[in-house]
Amino acid sequence: MTIFVFTVLVAVSAFMAGLVGSLTGLGGGVVLVPLLTMAFGVDIRYAIGASIISVIATSSGAAAAYVREGYSNIRIGMFLEIATTIGAIVGALIATMVSGRVIAVIFGAVLLVSAYLSSKKQREQPTAEECGTLSEKLRLSGSYPTPNGPRSYCVCNVPAGFSLMFTAGTLSGLLGIGSGAVKVLAMDQAMRIPFKVSTTTSNFMIGVTAAASAGLYLSRGYIDPGLAMPVMLGVLAGSIVGAKLLVKAKTKSLRLIFSLVIVALGIEMIVNGIRGTL
Amino acid sequence: MNEHEQGDRRMESIIGILLRLGVMVSGAVVLVGAVVYLLRNGGAPLPNYKSFHGETVQLSTVGGILAGCREFRGRAIIQLGVLLLIATPVARVVFSALAFAFEKDKLYVGITLFVLAILLFSLIGSSLG
Repeated sequence: MTIFVFTVLVAVSAFMAGLVGSLTGLGGGVVLVPLLTMAFGVDIRYAIGASIISVIATSSGAAAAYVREGYSNIRIGMFLEIATTIGAIVGALIATMVSGRVIAVIFGAVLLVSAYLSSKKQREQPTAEECGTLSEKLRLSGSYPTPNGPRSYCVCNVPAGFSLMFTAGTLSGLLGIGSGAVKVLAMDQAMRIPFKVSTTTSNFMIGVTAAASAGLYLSRGYIDPGLAMPVMLGVLAGSIVGAKLLVKAKTKSLRLIFSLVIVALGIEMIVNGIRGTL
Repeated sequence: MNEHEQGDRRMESIIGILLRLGVMVSGAVVLVGAVVYLLRNGGAPLPNYKSFHGETVQLSTVGGILAGCREFRGRAIIQLGVLLLIATPVARVVFSALAFAFEKDKLYVGITLFVLAILLFSLIGSSLG
């Protein structure tokens, strides 16, 4: 295979990943690494390096659209980024110490958990008494637009959410993914932040988290321009088209299909990791 | 909506534009690099991606990448785009710190500067090591 053919094939696959990822809201990054390693035979470290770059691109590119809707909470995001960026550095350092097989098994397990988490129902909004005092002290409380005017909310279980965010950051740094599923778990399930606020704020945080580990990946030689280029451009184009289609498309069945794909890829990554056939 | 939330909204929309601009610029640089790279090397056989050997200094340090760009090497230009992309969220954090300072929110100036310090530790610490 020549470089040209390989570049085109990777770019087309990345485009599809970005498209489906943005249509379903599950992110394209989670399927990129399995795709590059299992379909194209790329070493998992190069795959992770290329993936983290596309994660920064899609997160930053989508931010402008999310901001316009007025749901994201910049204080919650910035406060939790303390945990995710430290986690991302820890994760990237772990990645340089363990073998590709171990990373593959962890990756597979995270895929399975992500698919499960994305099927969970959101919880009731808590009252001010349930939230405790940290929400106000850290100025995390806010409001979001509804058809009946702005609705205010507060933030529960701040320490638990903060710890989960550290885990999300570590996984992001270790696996080169946005780990949006764990971030939404922390905000939606633990801190009980309204769902729309959780997802948009999570997207806002993903870019900063990924930047913390991307620097380490670059200097360790994980980011190959021949791979990062088609992956970044493909995912970016796919997610832009996806965002345009999003309004019209029926995403419920697509989401289900994509979740099943993620489960299948997760199992395959684990099997390959254990067998050492990656 | 109270005053600090209005300030936050304004800050967020400027940040949103800043981020998109960063992505567009870095995407354009990567595209230029891609054209140069494919025109020169498109017909060559695929490099070995099956086993990991790490990138050379020319493609993994800021100095090496800039030197390669001066020689108009495709792979170095792609890496420059990657560097600009990594810098985009960092610029967002810098801007947020300024915006919080403008709002006189000392707590969040502190929190934002702390996040910035972690990012710079990762970026500078790794390029020295």
